[in-house]
Amino acid sequence: MILADLVLTSSYYLVLSAIMFAIGAVGLLVRRNPLVMFMCVELMLNAVNVTFVAFGADLNDVGGQISVFFVLVVAAVEVVVGLALVVAINRRLPDATADDVSLLRG
Amino acid sequence: MLDAVFLIPAFPLLGFVSILLFGRRLGEPKAGWVATLAMGGSFAASLVTFFGLLGEDMENRRFVQTLWEWVPAGDFSVDVGFLVDPLSITMTLFITGVGSLIHLYSIGYMHGDQNFSKFFLYLNLFAFSMLMLVLGDNMLLTFLGWEGVGACSYFLISFWFTDPANASAGKKAFVTNRIGDWGFMVAMFLTFTTIGSVRYIDIFGNAGTLTTGTATAITVLLLVGAAGKSAQFPLYLWLPDAMAGPTPVSALIHAATMVTSGIYLLTRVNPIIAESSSWAPELIAWVGAGTALFAATIAVAQNDIKKVLAYSTVSQLGYMFLAVGTGAYVAAIFHMITHAFFKALLFLGSGSVIHGMHHDQDMRNYGGLRALMPITSGTFIVGWLAIAGVPPFSGFWSKDEILAHAYEHNLALWLIGLVTAILTAFYMSRQVFMTFFGRYRYADVRPDEVALVWENRIQHVQVAATEATAAVETAETAVAQAGEKLEAAQAKFVQRETELAEVDPTDEKAVEKATKNLAKAQDGLASAGESIPELEAAVVAARNSAQEATIAVDAVRAEAEAADGSVDGLSDADLPEAVVERREFHPHESPWQMTVPLVVLAVAAIGAGAMNLPFTKDLHFLEHWLEPSLFHNETALSSGGGTLWVLAIVAVVGGALGIAAAVAIYLKGRVDPSRVERPILARGWRYDEAVSDFMGGPGRKGFSLVAWFDATIVDGLVNGSGRLVRSVGAEMRSLQSGLVRSYAALVAVGAVGLIAWFLMRTSL
Repeated sequence: MILADLVLTSSYYLVLSAIMFAIGAVGLLVRRNPLVMFMCVELMLNAVNVTFVAFGADLNDVGGQISVFFVLVVAAVEVVVGLALVVAINRRLPDATADDVSLLRG
Repeated sequence: MLDAVFLIPAFPLLGFVSILLFGRRLGEPKAGWVATLAMGGSFAASLVTFFGLLGEDMENRRFVQTLWEWVPAGDFSVDVGFLVDPLSITMTLFITGVGSLIHLYSIGYMHGDQNFSKFFLYLNLFAFSMLMLVLGDNMLLTFLGWEGVGACSYFLISFWFTDPANASAGKKAFVTNRIGDWGFMVAMFLTFTTIGSVRYIDIFGNAGTLTTGTATAITVLLLVGAAGKSAQFPLYLWLPDAMAGPTPVSALIHAATMVTSGIYLLTRVNPIIAESSSWAPELIAWVGAGTALFAATIAVAQNDIKKVLAYSTVSQLGYMFLAVGTGAYVAAIFHMITHAFFKALLFLGSGSVIHGMHHDQDMRNYGGLRALMPITSGTFIVGWLAIAGVPPFSGFWSKDEILAHAYEHNLALWLIGLVTAILTAFYMSRQVFMTFFGRYRYADVRPDEVALVWENRIQHVQVAATEATAAVETAETAVAQAGEKLEAAQAKFVQRETELAEVDPTDEKAVEKATKNLAKAQDGLASAGESIPELEAAVVAARNSAQEATIAVDAVRAEAEAADGSVDGLSDADLPEAVVERREFHPHESPWQMTVPLVVLAVAAIGAGAMNLPFTKDLHFLEHWLEPSLFHNETALSSGGGTLWVLAIVAVVGGALGIAAAVAIYLKGRVDPSRVERPILARGWRYDEAVSDFMGGPGRKGFSLVAWFDATIVDGLVNGSGRLVRSVGAEMRSLQSGLVRSYAALVAVGAVGLIAWFLMRTSL
C-alpha cells in the first residue's frame, strides 16, 4: 500500500494547517453570513492549533500543546461573545448580513 | 551627640504642625508659648550639636547625617541630609538663639492681634525653612529652605494684609527675590553639569576640577541670588518696603537671619570662589561696598524709625559682602553674628517704642522717651553704641576687622567703608536723639495740624465779630424805635396845640383841659427825646467794637500767615481733638515678654566681640573654629599691629565724628536738620521710582512683546499640532466604514504586508 509507505513529517501538518487557514481567511472575506464568518474564524484558529501541535511534536517542546489550550480558551470565550452578538443582531434584523450592520461607521 | 542634629529643624516643624492643627484652639497666648518652646528646644539641640562638634578634632569637624534619599533620578540623586560643620552650626546657634528671643518678644508684641496663632504658625515655619537652608547638605535642600524663607517672608510682610500697601509690599519682596532665585537656580544647574553633584561635600572635593570660566560663572550667578536674598544693589529695594510687616518679623527675618543667607551661601561655596578669576570676588566686594555707602546715605534722611533700621540693615549687609569679596570670610561671619545681635536688639527696641506709642512710627513725633521707657531706651542705646562702632561694644570689633581687610585689599574700598561707618554713627545717633532725647514731642501740634489750629482760632474770632455786628444792628433798631416814638410824641404835641387853639376861650373848663393835655404832651415829648442820645451813644460803641472785631479777624489771619507753621501764643481752646487726645496719652514701658529679650540681646551686643578679639592669635576663637569650613581660603592680614592700631583709631575717630555731628544738629540744634536731610535722600535717590518708571514704560513694552510671542508663536505651535491631528483624523475617519469584512480585509492585507516585510528582512 502506498499509504503504508507514507511517513508523516511535520510538513504535512503545516501544509494542512496552511490550507485550513487559507480556507478560513478567504471564507471570512467572502461570505456575508455572520455565522459562517464565525466558523471561518474558528477554522483559522484551529489551523494555528495544528501548527502549534506539529511544531511542539517536532521540537519536542510541550509548550506548543500548552499554547493550544490557551487558544481553545480564547476561542471559547470568543464564541460566547460572538454568538451572543449574532443572536442579538438576528432578533432585531432577521436575515441581516454582515454588511448590513455598519452602525459603527466613523 | 551629633546624631541629634535632625532635631534642630524638627522642633520648629513640630511647632508648626501643632499650631497648624490646634492653633485656633490654643489661642492667645498658648500658641505663642508652643512656638517659643519649639524654638527653645531647637536652640538646645543646636547647643548639644555644637558641643558635640567641639569635642571632635579639628579635622573631623564635618559630619553628614543622611535621613533619606529625596530625589533619585538616574545620575542625579539628592538626599535629605544635614551637613554639620562649624559654619552651619554657627548659623543655627544664632538663628535659634535670637529666634527664641524674638518668639518670646512676639508674645508681648502681638498681644490682642486677632490672628495671633497664625503669626506664630508662620514664624515657626520660617524657622524650620531657615534651618533647612543652613543645615542642608546639598544646594537643592538649601534652595528648598531658600524658597521656604522667601514664602514665609511674603506671608509675614503682608501679615496685616487688609491694608493694600502691606499686601503689595509682600508682593514686591516676593517678585524681587524671584530674580535672585533665578541666579541661584542656574548656578545650581551649572554646578551639577560640571561637578556632577550638588552635594557640598562633592563640591568641596571637586571645586579644583572646575575651569576658571565655570567657577566665575557660578560665583557671579550665586552673587545674583545672594544679592536678591540679602538685599544688595540693585535688588535691595524690597527690604525697606518689607518693614510693612510686624516689627518682630523685621527683627528676625529682615535683619538677623534670612537676609544673611546670601552671605552664608557665598561663604559656603568659598572653594568655588577661590577657583574663579579674580574679578568675581572683586565684584562681590564692590557690590557690597557700594550698597553699604548708598544705603547709609538714604538712612540719614528717613523719618520712619523702622525705615532707618531697614536701610541700616542693607548697609551692614553690604559690609558683609565687602568682607566676603576680600576673602575675609571670618570677618563676614563675625559681623553677621554681631549684627544679628545688635540689629535684632535695635529692631525689637523700635518695636517696643512703636508698641508704647500707639503704633506711631514717625521719629519726629517722639523725643524724650528715655524717662518714660527706661529699659527700652537703655538697651537701644547699647545697640546704638554697638552699631556705631564704639569700643568695646561688639560692632566695633567686627566692623574693624572688615575695614582692616578692605584696607589691605584696596584703599578705595576702605575709604568707602570708613565713610559708611561715619554715616552709620551719624544716622544711628540721629535716631537715638530724635527718639529718646530732647523734648517730649508727642503731644505737640504737628505740621499738618497747624493749619487746623489757626483755622480754629480764626473761627473763634470770627464768631466774636459776628456777634458784635449783630449787637450793632440791635442798637440801631433801638435808636430807630426811639426815633419813631419821638415822632409820635411830636405829632401828639402838635395835635394838642391845635386843640388848644381851636377850643372856645370862654369855656374855661375846656381851656383848662386842653392846657393840661398840652402840658402832658410836652412831658411825653421831653421823655421820648431823653433816651435818644444814650441810644445813639450805644450804637456808636457797638459800631466801634464791631469794627474792632473785624480788625481782629484780619489780624489773626495775618498772624496765621506770618506764623508759618508755628502755633506759639495760641490757647488750648483752639487745639484739635487729636492733639488733646495725645496730651492725655502716656507712653508706657512694654511687658516683660518684650523687655527680657531686649536685655538678653543687649548683653550679647556688648559681649559678642569677645568671640574674635584681634590682640593675639589665641584670641581668634571664631577664626580657629571656622577653619574647617573655609579650606584655607581665608585671607590673612599681613599688616603689623601698628597699622591695625592706626586703622582702629581712625575708625573710632570717624565714628566719634559722626556722633558729634548728630549731637550738634539734633541735640544742640546748631545746624538746621534740613541741610542734611535732603529730599533726594529721603526718596532713596529715586531708585525705586526709576525702576517702576522703567518697568511701567519700556519694560512693559518688552514684556508685551514676550506675551505676544507666547500667544502667537508658542501657542500657535501647540494649537497647530492639535489642528494637524484633527485634520488627519478627519481624513482617516473614512477607513472606519463599520463593515466588518472590510476590516478583515485590512487585517489580512496588514498581515500579508508584515509577513512580507519579515521575509524580506531576513533574506536581506
